[in-house]
Amino acid sequence: MTISDLFSYGFMQRALLAGVLIGVLCAVLGVFLVLRRLSLIGDGLAHITFGSVALALFAGLQGAAMLLVSLPVVLLASLGILKLAGKARLGGDAAIGIVSSVGVSLGVLLAVMGRGYGVDLFSYLFGSILAISQAELLVAGGLFVTVLALLWFYYNDLVSLTFNEELATVSGISVRFLNGLLAALTALTVVLAMKLVGVMLISALLILPASAALQVARGFRMTVVLSVLFSLVAVVGGIVISFLLNLPSGATIILLAFLIFCVGYLFRQLQTVKNKS
Amino acid sequence: MRGMIPTFKKQGGRVAYVHTDSTGPRQVCCQLYLSKRYTSSGRLFVQELISVDHLTCRHGAVEALSDISFHVTPGDYLGIVGPNGSGKSTLVRALLGLMPVYQGKISLFGQLRDSFSAWERLGYLPQNLGPLNPAFPATVFEVVQLGLLAGKTLPRRLCRHDRKQVQDVLELLGIDHLQRRMIGELSGGQQQRAMLARALVNNPELLIMDEPTAALDPDIRDRFYELVAQMNKSKGTTVLLVTHDTGTIGQYASRMLYLDKKVLFFGSFDEFCHSSEMSAFFGEHSQHLICHRH
Repeated sequence: MTISDLFSYGFMQRALLAGVLIGVLCAVLGVFLVLRRLSLIGDGLAHITFGSVALALFAGLQGAAMLLVSLPVVLLASLGILKLAGKARLGGDAAIGIVSSVGVSLGVLLAVMGRGYGVDLFSYLFGSILAISQAELLVAGGLFVTVLALLWFYYNDLVSLTFNEELATVSGISVRFLNGLLAALTALTVVLAMKLVGVMLISALLILPASAALQVARGFRMTVVLSVLFSLVAVVGGIVISFLLNLPSGATIILLAFLIFCVGYLFRQLQTVKNKS
Repeated sequence: MRGMIPTFKKQGGRVAYVHTDSTGPRQVCCQLYLSKRYTSSGRLFVQELISVDHLTCRHGAVEALSDISFHVTPGDYLGIVGPNGSGKSTLVRALLGLMPVYQGKISLFGQLRDSFSAWERLGYLPQNLGPLNPAFPATVFEVVQLGLLAGKTLPRRLCRHDRKQVQDVLELLGIDHLQRRMIGELSGGQQQRAMLARALVNNPELLIMDEPTAALDPDIRDRFYELVAQMNKSKGTTVLLVTHDTGTIGQYASRMLYLDKKVLFFGSFDEFCHSSEMSAFFGEHSQHLICHRH
């Protein structure tokens, strides 16, 4: 089979298109989350997504219709994390821990109660991008446009917030609103990404491309561009390799992203040694 | 406002501002052209840039500031002094909306703090860059550029003119050679100069600085204060400086606010020099302070 044959399959075209959309969003958001030391919010929200998927399956929903349950649940959870961190005298990590463990508990409870959907739930745990439907792709496209438009509109505000919250406040930027926005955008992206890499690996897709870009970039804009580039290489490369070698796509994507991170890290170390000498 | 008689004179598009206090008259030529914000009578120049009335702030149940009242007028160079834990930084944070007010009222440029929106008129240089992530991947140019967001409406895009403004302020501070360096790779002193450039890039009318020279070498510190004093004198930039640096206060401040959770003294520098509060605060260093003045 040639590469051109590979791209002639409808399911492969859908998988690649969805992968590109999700890869771009994760890469851009990841830069802000990693720099704000909020990487684990993706992990926490992924656990909530697991609970919401179990809830949707329990309610008898399938495919794109599941997003009707997952989206509002995960959005509410993201705002709940911020509220808990701000009002309950907790650190962000403790708030994420509480909300995510509630999500997993809910998922496990519902999985046991509705025994007939174990396989479906498993596919959301580890991703099944090659099985993405036309309807799911349309929803992904809509969410992609929404999230990217909001990121574009608030880009400079988010950069300022990421640099220093106090200085952003003194620039007239609403820090509380932007924190809520960032959490909400992360929630949307996590729900979108669960089909690609599965809830267990979503946070890696948020963290790894951004972390790799931080190793080599010189400037904020370059960091965002490189993060997107690395993410696309990992997602497209991972989907193709997983199909050719009959491997799980989610795990392949993440391992490829890790490989890129390792290369970036080595590059940085070499640069440091070169500069010292 | 005690002892101050501000007068105005139009000179083409500019407003000449003559500032008279107990140290004598000083003519300050404001660099700002008359615009919608400034009437031809120059009325806005007589307003108080900062007005604090009966301010009380609390850290939990502990009162950090109690019944603070003072005003800052255009062209002032206000030095805020006081022992450690006296509430100096708390006051600055309250002024900037970074901490809640328990009681009292703060106005900035005639607007109540909570509804204040003209942040481009104000530059802020914090005590240190504690919260700055050393891995933050921005160049000095990008960091200074962030200071320009204050004057913009969403989506706050930057244009070519903004880049020129950044270039100018970097040259003014003599750090244009650092513009492509990553902010996290600079020394503490270089970072602080970049942050000063960020604070000045909007050409602010009011500059608020909280212990700004802790990370600077003596030479650079002196040049830093020289530059701020020059801006105060030539451009009419109002300065509010929190510092323990007695030499700086003695050399540059026109007014003093001595704080120890409440206002112990507020007035001109000369009045402060002859007050009992000065000896109480500076002790044997009081002569050092006066020497710097003369």
